[in-house]
Amino acid sequence: MSASISISKTITVNGEPRRTAAATIADFVRELGLKVPKVAVEHNGTIAPRSSLEQVPLGDGDVLEIVHFVGGG
Amino acid sequence: MTDTANPDTRPDTWTVAGRTFTSRLIVGTGKYKDFAQNAAAVEASGAEIVTVAVRRVNISDPTQPVLMDYIDPKKITYLPNTAGCFTADDAIRTLRLAREAGGWDLVKLEVLGEARTLYPDMRETLKACEVLANEGFAPMVYCVDDPIAAKQLEDCGAVAVMPLGAPIGSGLGIQNRVTIRLIVEGAKVPVLVDAGVGTASEAAVAMELGCDGVLMNTAIAEAKDPVRMARAMKHGVIAGREAYLAGRMMTRKYADPSSPLAGLI
Repeated sequence: MSASISISKTITVNGEPRRTAAATIADFVRELGLKVPKVAVEHNGTIAPRSSLEQVPLGDGDVLEIVHFVGGG
Repeated sequence: MTDTANPDTRPDTWTVAGRTFTSRLIVGTGKYKDFAQNAAAVEASGAEIVTVAVRRVNISDPTQPVLMDYIDPKKITYLPNTAGCFTADDAIRTLRLAREAGGWDLVKLEVLGEARTLYPDMRETLKACEVLANEGFAPMVYCVDDPIAAKQLEDCGAVAVMPLGAPIGSGLGIQNRVTIRLIVEGAKVPVLVDAGVGTASEAAVAMELGCDGVLMNTAIAEAKDPVRMARAMKHGVIAGREAYLAGRMMTRKYADPSSPLAGLI
């Protein structure tokens, strides 16, 4: 499942396909220009705990939901 | 009767899930012109808690400003909501993500039944409340203005019950004072009117009925001057609370003069 660091893979992020060479979820979040402490990530349907984001490897075909807080009532 | 020589000067606070607050007004962060106006309205309202929604980040433009840049979650408690969720599963999923995004367990649960009225689906709401409470969340729950539903929510682990005063975003004011009062009388957890308040006098009505607080968004955000309305709501909530604590006079059917009848010339 875990791909080596430099291999490019296709993942689905917030419903859209995307190619990346990021090794971990945290690497990918930073690649998007986002700050890791300000988002939450669901990885293949399960919550990825923040403490694990630096370790969890991204695999080809993985599905990510990346969310944050927005205004709401 | 209050001892007039020694008035009660203790601060009037309320506590939910072990956290104590002074402001009894919770405000939403939706529908504002921009983040700056939103932040100014929160400041003017004196609110210590704001509701926030959980949504996908915009991956095509991740550099645009975000709420947290304007309203500091270290100073104001973020209360993540489940607005837009129509099933227990969606609401639970949303709040699990919210907890991961901010580390909070105090959350606002709402499971909607239909888009037209935005009335809560109580069967799904109760189901979600129980699961969330078992997972260590402290759910404050949007619900129908029904004293039995409120009791059932308490039994499922709700840390606060938040009956609607009128449909979300309608600004119609509190439609059924009797049911709100019955909920307040029967509740062991804080009761907050959530939704329906349109102007300051209606916030005061909620507080006069004995509610612990009021939650609102549209009434402030859609006022012509949101910052001023935020201030008005702050005063409305305080006025209603003070009146409730003071204990209103009994009503009479006919007039009763305030000036003495003795000594008339």
